[in-house]
Amino acid sequence: MQPIDPQKWLRNKARISPYEIAFWIAALIIPYAFFPNYLALASQIAATAIFCIALDLIIGYAGIISLGHAAFFGLGAYAAGILSQKGWGEPISGALFGAIFAGFCGWIVSFMIVRVQHLALLMITLGLGFLLVELANTLDWLTGGSDGLLGIDTWNLFGVFKFTFWGYTAYGYTLGAAFLVFLLCRRLVNSPFGLALETIRENPQRTTALGVPNRARLQKVFTISAAIAGLAGAILAQTTETVSLDSLGFQRSADIAVMLILGGTGRLYGAILGSIIFLVARDQLSGMNPQYWYFWIGLLLMIVVLFMPRGILGGLEKIKSKLSTKPNQKVDGA
Amino acid sequence: MKHMLTALLGAAALMSAGVAQAADTIKIGIVNAYSGQFADPAAQLDNGIKLYMQIHGDMVNGKKIVIIRKDVGGIKPPLAKQLAAELVTRDNVDVLAGNLLTPNALAVAAVSAEAEKFMVIMNASTSFITTKSPYVARTSVTSAQLNSAFGTWVASKGVKEVYTMVTDYAPGKGSGKAFEGAFVAGGGKVVGSDATPVVNPDFSPFVQRIADAKPEALYIWVPGGTQPPAVGKALAERGVTPANTKIYGQGELTDDAALLAMGDASLGIITAYHYNIHRDTKLNNEFVKAYRAANDGRDPDIYTIGAYDGMHLIYEALKKAGGDTSGKALIAAAKGMEWESPRGTMSIDPETRDVVQTIYIREVQKVDGKPANVIIDQIDHAKDPTH
Repeated sequence: MQPIDPQKWLRNKARISPYEIAFWIAALIIPYAFFPNYLALASQIAATAIFCIALDLIIGYAGIISLGHAAFFGLGAYAAGILSQKGWGEPISGALFGAIFAGFCGWIVSFMIVRVQHLALLMITLGLGFLLVELANTLDWLTGGSDGLLGIDTWNLFGVFKFTFWGYTAYGYTLGAAFLVFLLCRRLVNSPFGLALETIRENPQRTTALGVPNRARLQKVFTISAAIAGLAGAILAQTTETVSLDSLGFQRSADIAVMLILGGTGRLYGAILGSIIFLVARDQLSGMNPQYWYFWIGLLLMIVVLFMPRGILGGLEKIKSKLSTKPNQKVDGA
Repeated sequence: MKHMLTALLGAAALMSAGVAQAADTIKIGIVNAYSGQFADPAAQLDNGIKLYMQIHGDMVNGKKIVIIRKDVGGIKPPLAKQLAAELVTRDNVDVLAGNLLTPNALAVAAVSAEAEKFMVIMNASTSFITTKSPYVARTSVTSAQLNSAFGTWVASKGVKEVYTMVTDYAPGKGSGKAFEGAFVAGGGKVVGSDATPVVNPDFSPFVQRIADAKPEALYIWVPGGTQPPAVGKALAERGVTPANTKIYGQGELTDDAALLAMGDASLGIITAYHYNIHRDTKLNNEFVKAYRAANDGRDPDIYTIGAYDGMHLIYEALKKAGGDTSGKALIAAAKGMEWESPRGTMSIDPETRDVVQTIYIREVQKVDGKPANVIIDQIDHAKDPTH
């Protein structure tokens, strides 16, 4: 095997493929052109995809398992919602405010997160989620408690496009944000910083020996991930003009983890694909049988995990690599 | 690939079929928590809808009534809003109904206001939901309506001091506040208050405090289900019984399951409720009998009656408005409508679009050797005082 030039290898990894361009163009055109009645669902999917990408950064790339990431989603949602309720409904600055607030909280929490691993990590993230739900429930003068936050009024986007229940503006706004987040994360994971994260995930002793400050790196990615999760929450709060305790709760954390596993961890498109499949399946299945649709979701999950243990995208890549195996050139699985 | 194409074509065919039959149907979209923690009350609500359609048919003005059900799976207002929006954009519904839970109902009301669709709240009981859309009417009850009428009644019976114990979340606190407000306005005094946890509460320390305080009367609000028997047991264990303390509560406190668990310790507890399945009128007896027959002997409850009357309001509003199914026409038809329900005479307030009905005061007495809720007084035409 010949030595590879690291610069070139990184650049190759970051090359934009025609499939990607096609995907984003399709994401813009298909819902508007063919499914104008499904735009509310489409915006929900786009917001969820942002959240799922945030989770992928820490689980898929940095190996920090979290069962309480909805805490940051909810913090962003409440921050943007309360800002709007208090009289500032401009969407873009509101979303950034939500992201920064969630990122700040993430930074504080990160000091604790990077000091524990495995089961302890699950417990801490889980506990964090429960604490925040209780806190939001108790502070009902601020959050509206179990009734949810009332009186959110999102102003027109760029002062022109009104947010209506049809979702034209909401989808454009959310998809735009998802695209920007995706570009940012794509740059991030293909940078030396991203590579360092993957190495820490695989072998933290080795990176310590190489002089990589493990904790500082992990703290940085956790903060970024919290901010992105907060952005997703803020956007959902603005487009639906509601926030409630469920945005912080365990079920949202669990659902998003399921979507990520479904799509495939450690791949940004896995996060996106997982959100699309899960939410479209939920939409269709719950329409057919509003009582017992979770059965089918469970079945779908089991089948995917049994036959494609690395998610749908991981499974597809495996098939692709089997079809086009050349000597000395294996497709990188990470 | 071939399968995918077939599936896509099938989906497209389904969608166009939906559009084609729109003209001779009237669609009612139901946003309800069919799965998850609230699946049981949601099922009782849904069965109320089914029973009404079973008895009264599915044709109104020569058009077929079609129900489209959406599962929100719990307290999830953003999803409730999305589902309501889709019911309007995708399914072209004429009416938005269901609305088991307040936070979700608030989200659906926003869509009702924007899309100008008639909306019926079949359960959610927080007062101000009806102010969120001019097209919404309610057929259930409000916590304030029930408990302020009750507080006034208790004060009028010469009770001077009350201790309150309510669940620590919005419905509990709201009910407690309404009761206390009316009780104090009637000349009474609140001598102590406690808030119990929502999930898996241990009532003994709270009841011990009440036993130590020895109040003249106690007001309890807990959600229906497993808590009423638990609180009843704690009261009996610590010796706080109607023999030494007057005990008041909202109807859930002495539902049939709770009475069975409490036994004779429940005798003398006084509760207020807007529906009593044992109320002996022809209409109610037939309703209860039909419901039991359709649901393997299960009793109807407040969720059922809210939905049953909700369907009645929709049917009658549709008839009164003729062929016009716009939100404006239907809400105009609904305003001021009065009818005989299994629960008694009820109407929709023409000003606030909220429910006006009789509140029954019941005392647990021994009937045929078993504790039962016996109606001892009633407050007619009770309105929500907060509007």
